[in-house]
Amino acid sequence: MIDEGLRSELSKQGVFTTTVGELYNWGRKNSIWPLNFGLACCAIEMIAASMARFDISRFGSEVFRPSPRQADLMIVAGTVTKKMAPQVVRLYNQMPEPKYVIAMGACAISGGPFKQGYNVLKGIDRYLPVDVHIPGCPPRPEALLHALITLQEKIAGQKLTGPERAPHLQEEAPSEYPIPDYGAYDLDPPKNPDVWQPPVLARKD
Amino acid sequence: MPADGHPYLFLALFAGAAVVFCLSLLGLARLWAMLVSPAKPGPTKNAPYECSLASQGDAWVQFRSAYYLYAIIFLVFDVETVFLLPFAVAFTHLSVGAFVAMMVFLLLLVEGLVWAWRKGALAWH
Repeated sequence: MIDEGLRSELSKQGVFTTTVGELYNWGRKNSIWPLNFGLACCAIEMIAASMARFDISRFGSEVFRPSPRQADLMIVAGTVTKKMAPQVVRLYNQMPEPKYVIAMGACAISGGPFKQGYNVLKGIDRYLPVDVHIPGCPPRPEALLHALITLQEKIAGQKLTGPERAPHLQEEAPSEYPIPDYGAYDLDPPKNPDVWQPPVLARKD
Repeated sequence: MPADGHPYLFLALFAGAAVVFCLSLLGLARLWAMLVSPAKPGPTKNAPYECSLASQGDAWVQFRSAYYLYAIIFLVFDVETVFLLPFAVAFTHLSVGAFVAMMVFLLLLVEGLVWAWRKGALAWH
């Protein structure tokens, strides 16, 4: 392992150095294949991002896969109703490792305008480990591209070895998350406590 | 390629190189998976259905055996079409004998259809 100073000196002299991990992550981050599904109006913005004007293929992510078996990235684009949430979790479970989740739009990250309603999940991060949240109602396609670039930076920073290595390389890290059932009034369980805990309000007396 | 070799020698070499190339890539991917990437199978991940709803029932459904009649009657029209098209193309050049032979053949097929019809094979039970 060479240090950064020597590395930048070498690159100034025209010598390119890299590591296996960097090459691996470079390949991964430039070929993120999203799962081809949309839940609500945010999906229209996602489609716009994949079309010629915003052209998500500049970042290597134009290959929307209709099967979770071939997808790396789940873009939860839109309102996740409580009826739809188990299906979303199941789709995530069926994706192969490594897999990432972008929660797109106010509904997917928090329930959005339907937060006070009875039938909308208040954020998909209650069941799935979300990597990037995009606020907005709906977010612009540029915001989705920014989220993708943020995810690429995250992937580029993941390690191959050591205790800090990427989750898909850890033997004990889960690959599937429990699928909630339809309960009498709410999903059962209403959240996955391993993934999400309600925020604790600390009030001064 | 040696000039005195068999003219298809390069094809054999090419095929061999292609097979070795593919197998080495697959082997490298396998080696990589064995070294760094643990397999994580699971019940949902290994489930056959992909549209995110749990599959219901069995894929090995049974069809009614009465369908064999439809398959046989379909053969009548199928064979008829196969021979009628070249017959129509060559119609103006045919001799009288060939025309009569074709008509006899058609008659046999139509006879089979009429027989099946009279037997009630076209009615749904």
